[in-house]
Amino acid sequence: MKPHRLAMSVNGEKVETLFAPYKTLLEVLREDLALTGTKHGCELGECGACTVLLDGAPVLSCLVLGMECEGRSVQTIEGLARGPDLHPLQAAFADFGGSQCGYCTPGVIMAAKALLETNPSPTRDQIKEATAGNLCRCTGYQQIVDAVEDAARRLKEEAR
Amino acid sequence: MKRLDIIGKPRRRVDGRAKATGQVRYADDLSMPRMLFTKLLRSPHPHAVVESIDATRAAQHPGVHLVLTGQDFPIPFGIMPVSVDEYPLARERVRYVGDPVAAAVAVDEQTAVQALDLIEVRYKILPPIASPEQGLQQPEPRIHDYCEQGNIHRNQSYEFGKVDEALAKADLVVEDLFFYEGNTHLPMEQQATLAFIDADGKLQISSSTQNPHYLHRQLARALQVPEHQIRVIATPNGGGFGGKCDPGGHEFVVAKAALVLGRPVKIGLTREEVFYVHRGRHPVLMKMKTGVTKEGKLSGMHLQTLLDGGGYGSHGPASTFYTGVLTPVTYHYPRFKFEACRVFTNKPACGPKRGHGTPQPRFGQEVQLDKIAVKLGMDPAELRLKNVTKANALTASWLKIGSNGLADCIKKVTEMSGWKQRRGKLGRGRGLGLACSTYMCGAGVAIYWNKMPHSGVQILLDRSGSVIVYCGATEIGQGSDDVLAAIVAETLGVDIGTVRVVTGDTGIAPVDLGSYSSRVTIMMGNAAVQAAERLRTQIAAVVSETLGARPDRIVFSQGRVFAVDHSGPGMTFVEAVHAAEAELGTLSAVGSYAPPKPPGKYKGAGVGPSPAYSFSACVVETEVDERTGWIHVPKIWIAHDIGRAINPTLAKGQVIGGVYMGLGEALMEEQSFRRLPEKLSGALVHRAPSMLDYKSLTSLDMPEVEVALIEDPDPYCPYGAKEVGQGPLLPVMPAVANAIFDAVGVRVDEIPITPDRVLKALQAQDKRVGPTSFPKVPYPAPTFVLPPWEGGDGSETRRDAKTAVV
Repeated sequence: MKPHRLAMSVNGEKVETLFAPYKTLLEVLREDLALTGTKHGCELGECGACTVLLDGAPVLSCLVLGMECEGRSVQTIEGLARGPDLHPLQAAFADFGGSQCGYCTPGVIMAAKALLETNPSPTRDQIKEATAGNLCRCTGYQQIVDAVEDAARRLKEEAR
Repeated sequence: MKRLDIIGKPRRRVDGRAKATGQVRYADDLSMPRMLFTKLLRSPHPHAVVESIDATRAAQHPGVHLVLTGQDFPIPFGIMPVSVDEYPLARERVRYVGDPVAAAVAVDEQTAVQALDLIEVRYKILPPIASPEQGLQQPEPRIHDYCEQGNIHRNQSYEFGKVDEALAKADLVVEDLFFYEGNTHLPMEQQATLAFIDADGKLQISSSTQNPHYLHRQLARALQVPEHQIRVIATPNGGGFGGKCDPGGHEFVVAKAALVLGRPVKIGLTREEVFYVHRGRHPVLMKMKTGVTKEGKLSGMHLQTLLDGGGYGSHGPASTFYTGVLTPVTYHYPRFKFEACRVFTNKPACGPKRGHGTPQPRFGQEVQLDKIAVKLGMDPAELRLKNVTKANALTASWLKIGSNGLADCIKKVTEMSGWKQRRGKLGRGRGLGLACSTYMCGAGVAIYWNKMPHSGVQILLDRSGSVIVYCGATEIGQGSDDVLAAIVAETLGVDIGTVRVVTGDTGIAPVDLGSYSSRVTIMMGNAAVQAAERLRTQIAAVVSETLGARPDRIVFSQGRVFAVDHSGPGMTFVEAVHAAEAELGTLSAVGSYAPPKPPGKYKGAGVGPSPAYSFSACVVETEVDERTGWIHVPKIWIAHDIGRAINPTLAKGQVIGGVYMGLGEALMEEQSFRRLPEKLSGALVHRAPSMLDYKSLTSLDMPEVEVALIEDPDPYCPYGAKEVGQGPLLPVMPAVANAIFDAVGVRVDEIPITPDRVLKALQAQDKRVGPTSFPKVPYPAPTFVLPPWEGGDGSETRRDAKTAVV
């Protein structure tokens, strides 16, 4: 199969890559760009582990073909930190027990980031709804909600 | 003891940053130059003889480097020495839909998948055995030749005092049947493994395994490679819950391929394959007969269990024991008898899942106690408080209980939930249910017989101020790396940021048996305390003169070393290390831990003993819609006796996570099977080998959980810390069942409690749904042991003996 050439923006940087055209965005990120921070739990759109932001909106990267991403902008967990400092969502997940095994964490954080960008002061129920597509088998979700709530607070303080 | 600087304070876990940045390297995140990819061909039949495999075309397919079949693996493996019954690729027989029969190793996954299509396997189909009942009725064909009889894998019977006598004297005897459906771990990370030959020519394998030490031994055995030529690295697991305890066929396959090809070989299982690997919760049918006085004192229990084992042994012999052996740890039963039987069926093998074998009988026991309370007109909490075991007591089965916070848990959880004021008063359709449980803090005996320690820790002090800690323990998300760093930092009195842990690597760290049986905090922790104390002793001896204090009067705290009465200026920890290194040379110490010898002496007494037991009590609130049977759980309260919380953020996370998994099991999770129509082979296939069809709770389904940690430090545990990884799951299922009874007056004596079952119970004459019969099981004559209070010494004796035969 002839490799496909793709140009897109990943975490704010222009990236060009050659990849097998059947590959999903998830596979392109993990296998061709070595961005393994994005995880997979099913590759069928069931678990949310592979959530990334595509043009700012959360998508399941296992259900997006790499070829669909020409000229588009992708944000992954690798691009979230601010230089050496953690993004408030990352800091809150670490501080509030939002990660246990950590495997769902990148996906949940990206879904939460999309939420906070459209709704800076979500209720607990709104946080649960925004992350309902992200399965987590460790935490029971409570400390994830705590973390997102705290990150929202920290982000609002920053904006002030 | 000095004031604690680190332990007991909520804190970011040591790997918290790596997890939030996506920098943790799970097994499938690893890649190497020239790496090849593996796919497994799996049996479409639940039970068949493999007559022939023709892989010629597959091997010639462009891009394929190797095809392996059962012929390449003449030696079986198995986690338990008594059940070594599995081949990396099936040889003559396949035993469930999904049993691997061949492997293709190719330049990429796509090519490997194409190659699988070119492998021709001829099967002779055998009639499948779908249930333990069927397995008992049909001793032939045998799924395994080594069965105890027919298709019975393990058959056990133990009697501690004459139970029939105790039941005859009881004021009330209740007998119930319960069924607990199987379910699976569903870790978010699918198993993956990468194997290669390292620069020294040795086999190195990185795998998502909970037990690198046992995998190491099994690889050496099955591949006939000396253990010192193999290095196993357990990559941080993306969740385990018991599902990554057994060695997996795929691990042997990539190791073999790497040995043959001399190139890195990787495999990543699909989610569907993870359902086939399984090793999850055994479906268990139970019959429970319990006697009680009219004052509510338990007089004895006779428990019978029947386990659906699936197609292989796995941890089955232990699982079978566990359906009986921990039952008398929560409440005092003067006499106790259990009979347990595990039958092979043509389904994926069951094994250890969080709580290993105990959630099933605990469900029955706690629901039955609720029924007894109703019959006696007692508050279920009062009934339990009347019967709780005491600290340092022995059970009828000779398990030694250390610290025991069960009564405190019950008092705390009933207070938190407003039990007394609210129970029975919430109105029709709303209810509260209570249940309790216990769990081991590590199995008292290793999986293979040996007299060596269960955990070893080595600490290396560096003149930079770094503390490097080596231990074979595996981080599966539970926070074992954090526990290790915290215990070492606390004992050496240094900032936790100066500690670096190196874990899960059999090539460079001392053996730890693995992340199973809730053993890591206690066993690794005790070994870590010993190693750190040895270093403290070495350093104190050197700096004693400078500090003008006896070595035993020197304190290590907050990065400083000083005299306990603060006479003199003291010095920094780094200065003390420099002084000690100058005098003693490079500073290092090891520590190790082996559990105490269990008091029971009868054959089989090795399963169940533990250095300590955790306890939990849980109250669940339910709202039940009587028209639809829909169950809503608005809130759960739980108190867990943890001894001491090393990091309360993580400890609470474990409790809430356990409650979450328990609630999923209670309401929806089930690993169930169906028969395909005869014209489509009649095979037994999964109802739901996908995350969409296998229902689990989402964030929207999860109620608020209010957690209380009961902290009464256990003297045998490091800083008093007991387990928290498994215990808090266990009381949830019966508490849900009891809450449904309180809400709408029906008994659902089976798990999961789905809306259709609630409706069925509401429509039933006896307001109950659950199993109605228990098959005739040929249990063996029991091993008879007198309970400690009847003059026994923990040995087997004759049933008619007055005292133990010495």
